[in-house]
Amino acid sequence: MAIQDRLSGNEAVSIAIKQINPDVMPAFPITPSTEIPQFISQFIANGEMDTVFVPVESEHSAMSACIGSQSAGGRTVTATSSCGLALMFEMLYVAASNRLPITMAVVNRALSGPININNDHSDSMGARDSGWLQIYAENAQEAYDNFFQCMKIGEHPSVQLPVMCCQDGFITSHAVERMELIETEKVKAFMGEYKPEHYLLNPDQTLAVGPYDIPQYYMEHKKAQAVAMENARAAILEVAKEFEAMTGRKYGMIEEYCMEDAELAMIIIGSSAGTAKEACDELRAAGVKAGVIKVRVFRPFPAEEIVAALKGVKAVAIMDKTESFSANGGPMGAEVKAAMFGKLGDVLVTNYIYGIGGRDVKVDDLKSVYDKLAEMVKTGKSPEHYQYLALRD
Amino acid sequence: MAYNFKEVMERPDRLASGHRMCAGCGAPIAVRGVLRAIKPEDKAVICSATCCLEVSTCMYPYTSWKDSFIHNAFENAAATISGVEAAHKSLAAKGKVPENYKFIAFGGDGGTYDIGFQSLSGAMERNHDMVYVCYDNEAYMNTGIQRSSATPLYADTTTSATGKASSGKTQNRKDLAEVIAAHHVPYVAQTTFIGNLKDLHEKAEKALYTPGAAFLNVLAPCPRGWRYEAEDIAEICKMAVETCFWPLFEVENDVWKINYQPKNKRPIEDFLKTQGRFKHLFKKGNEHLIADIQKEVDHRWELLLKRAQ
Repeated sequence: MAIQDRLSGNEAVSIAIKQINPDVMPAFPITPSTEIPQFISQFIANGEMDTVFVPVESEHSAMSACIGSQSAGGRTVTATSSCGLALMFEMLYVAASNRLPITMAVVNRALSGPININNDHSDSMGARDSGWLQIYAENAQEAYDNFFQCMKIGEHPSVQLPVMCCQDGFITSHAVERMELIETEKVKAFMGEYKPEHYLLNPDQTLAVGPYDIPQYYMEHKKAQAVAMENARAAILEVAKEFEAMTGRKYGMIEEYCMEDAELAMIIIGSSAGTAKEACDELRAAGVKAGVIKVRVFRPFPAEEIVAALKGVKAVAIMDKTESFSANGGPMGAEVKAAMFGKLGDVLVTNYIYGIGGRDVKVDDLKSVYDKLAEMVKTGKSPEHYQYLALRD
Repeated sequence: MAYNFKEVMERPDRLASGHRMCAGCGAPIAVRGVLRAIKPEDKAVICSATCCLEVSTCMYPYTSWKDSFIHNAFENAAATISGVEAAHKSLAAKGKVPENYKFIAFGGDGGTYDIGFQSLSGAMERNHDMVYVCYDNEAYMNTGIQRSSATPLYADTTTSATGKASSGKTQNRKDLAEVIAAHHVPYVAQTTFIGNLKDLHEKAEKALYTPGAAFLNVLAPCPRGWRYEAEDIAEICKMAVETCFWPLFEVENDVWKINYQPKNKRPIEDFLKTQGRFKHLFKKGNEHLIADIQKEVDHRWELLLKRAQ
């Protein structure tokens, strides 16, 4: 029997880690992900798990130790947020290029400066080209469910890449929700044992990790890494299917909400997708053909799925919970527009920056986005520039 | 066990020849010296910081390392090997891998004294069962001889250049072995290549077979950066010790011990004159600069004598 409980996102992910009982967890505290290493440390102190916890002196060392541990053959996890992820930046690329399926709980928080501890996606979006898979949760249940899937996808023989399991800081990480846990025996059967093909501690075959790569090989190695990211698409769906068979909960690259006949669509990621669904419901009740596309997987980018979901849509708002300072919109805006190019020429498009630095995102705020879309349809014009939502004068 | 030069030298090399390090470089001597102290039946995982050693011994698709080897980045060899050691602790407890592994990280002074200092301090404080070996060549040699916090006073480097208005580096060097000793780890030692390498071997053996974290600081001259002929390396190391510029000492469970006290402490000129990086000090009128260095060497030697009393 599945277990009903009331948990925060951080508690849910910590329980997922306890149930997996990985070999090693190096971690350094940073708000709002701090609770995760705290819970794990307590679980170990209680004798509930036997993971070797490495209380490193920084996030740079956390990721460095993760790379050492996973290369050695240990199943390795960590957790971080914001500036912690930024401090890991150099090592993120090494973890990915070494093809190490490290699983990292990212509790999304704004990057400094100015210093701000609240939620937006500037941290993980800044690391979007580091070679890690990125899977985002809407709520604590998804953060919990995604954590198992992230690890299994990363460890998939055709992938072998690190994965960020993202949830929104405070909004998801600290708010307590009613949710369903999976029995630990089922988790263990689902995860299986980690058996890397090559590892430093293999007594029968030594291994050299991280060699100096010259121009004659570097490109081929990068291409191999890109192929692994391509392969991740199939692995994500395969793992989701297995997960559904175990729990009945269905996951994909994206989630479509009221998209069957939608004319006005919003593309959004993370906890705000829940707010968008509420806005959509209210508009549907008023006869507006609104819909929501929730992006669950940002890396690899679900270009085909988004384009397919947008068929028949008259206007779309692409929502970015981060600035990219391109002076041309946010990262999701750029990705979605690139995906649409040449395929959905007649769909009107706008791109919003919203909710950054923890700015509250209300149902009415998102309803105003749909109003904007309706106006675009009426005038037949897309705005020339990207916009900020609910900006104070 | 007494040092048996013949037996030790006959052990199979764990760093294969054919690597791309320069002739007359101290780094591979340090590496071979340390690795020879591993019992032949024991296994090892070795990490190197980004440095000359790494780019010269592990260029895809080749490796000179007969043990498992990992290079990660410049500033994190200590954190990386601590992760390997943690995985070993976890997997060995589950019976998945053999017990008899040694964990060794190598870094130059740049990756150890400077950019990798935090990572090293963290790993030492956590007391992982590992040995960190700094091959100290007193500057950032891999990027082209820039000054580091290990560069001695008045040395000529590409970022502490000598010229009309400058006599080289204006600051003294950091005493890293002392800083690591302040972490109160089980074993810290300073050594270089002397005689039949007995001092290096014995310290490496202690470092490897003392449970917990150990740190070795090995003076490892660089022919390019110090400007000497390859065959002079042994003499330079000898003079570093005989002048007390580089004393041989160890700190075992907080007990300080000087391993060699010269009967007649040689003047610092005997060390300085062996290297091009100090050539400017011997110009007429620069005698006071050499006196400054002598003063600092004497001061530190006195401090060490007091510690080891």
